[in-house]
Amino acid sequence: MSKPVVATTSLAGCFGCHMSLLDIDERILTLIELVEFNKSPVDDIKTFTKAVDIGLIEGGVCNSENVEVLKSFRKNCKILVSVGECAIMGGLPALRNGIPVEECLHEAYIGGPTVQLNKDGIMPNDDELPMLLDKVYPCHEIVKIDYFLPGCPPRADLIWDALVALVTGDPMKLPYEVVKFD
Amino acid sequence: MSNLIKFKIDGKECMAEAGKYIVDAAADNGIYIPTLCNMKGVKPKGACRICSVRINGRLMTSCTTPVTDGMEIESNSADIQDLRKSIIELLFVSGNHFCPACEKSGNCELQALAYRYQMMVPRYPYEFPTKPVDASSPRIIKDQNRCIFCKRCIKTIKDENGRSYFVFRNRGHKLEVVLDEEMGKTIDSATAHLAMENCPVGSILVKEKGFDTPIGKRKFDKEPIGSDIKL
Repeated sequence: MSKPVVATTSLAGCFGCHMSLLDIDERILTLIELVEFNKSPVDDIKTFTKAVDIGLIEGGVCNSENVEVLKSFRKNCKILVSVGECAIMGGLPALRNGIPVEECLHEAYIGGPTVQLNKDGIMPNDDELPMLLDKVYPCHEIVKIDYFLPGCPPRADLIWDALVALVTGDPMKLPYEVVKFD
Repeated sequence: MSNLIKFKIDGKECMAEAGKYIVDAAADNGIYIPTLCNMKGVKPKGACRICSVRINGRLMTSCTTPVTDGMEIESNSADIQDLRKSIIELLFVSGNHFCPACEKSGNCELQALAYRYQMMVPRYPYEFPTKPVDASSPRIIKDQNRCIFCKRCIKTIKDENGRSYFVFRNRGHKLEVVLDEEMGKTIDSATAHLAMENCPVGSILVKEKGFDTPIGKRKFDKEPIGSDIKL
């Protein structure tokens, strides 16, 4: 029987959740025995090359590219897991949700105290750039998400236990110490 | 000890002095009923409904209901647990509770309740309301994004004449708890620290204070809220 396939991505995230996945230490040797990775920054596969069993989503949805990637994950993965606070509730990027997009861009590229080189006052406007959304959305408000692993980042033990439970079908232990929001 | 009465919580025989509120009587018998707006030594008001229990088929707030002889209380059934969890989830989506960036994280009672009930994600959509932060006082930051209107600060943080430093402003969905502008200018350090401590969330912060306890050593890092209540 072939191994279960895992894909991962970081949308509007900081890659901290991916780092936390690497924090499983030597269990990573067991992990590559257990599963095969497809589209993921871990192996640098850019597009889906086969049907995926488990998709791990880090980060919330802040622009049109995030929407596209998230939808392609939903299409290609049997199970989708929101990993971390940003995927679950927007996280730190969602701190901009009370501020109009124009004001954010102005602060970042024109009016901010650290802006020095942009003398012509140009905001990034290339057609190739993804459009910012009006606010940062939790993943489950864009597509159906099956499971949620909270934390900033989620503890390595939580990610590991969830992956093993999903792969083996065994019930998952949830000790008090591993479910944290920071 | 003549006025001891008998009552039952989830079928367990309990004893308490007549007239005690259910939440305190339960604690005396080693049973934890979660509370959020309630505080020891302060008159309860039953605002948050987290402490709801079922008596005679009706939901009652156990912080405001005195225990009576022969009372049969249902507290830990699945539907009441889920009701409590849904209240926590509502509080999370109706404000802006960014735990990773909050000075109170690890010591926050709302977060601790979410941990205890293992909230993985709220079942309701996030509202992301736009709320102001008032940092005009020299000692205190009042962050409206995190306020849950428990009224604990209004009831406990007072000056020597009994005037509250914090007050309600506006009504309905515009309601907010604000620091009195004039009194905020002169609030002393000890009172400011007490205000931060009495706030169950991170809505009242003392300036230049935060993140001073490492992760793993904060109040609710290892033990769930309510762990102190046992026989």
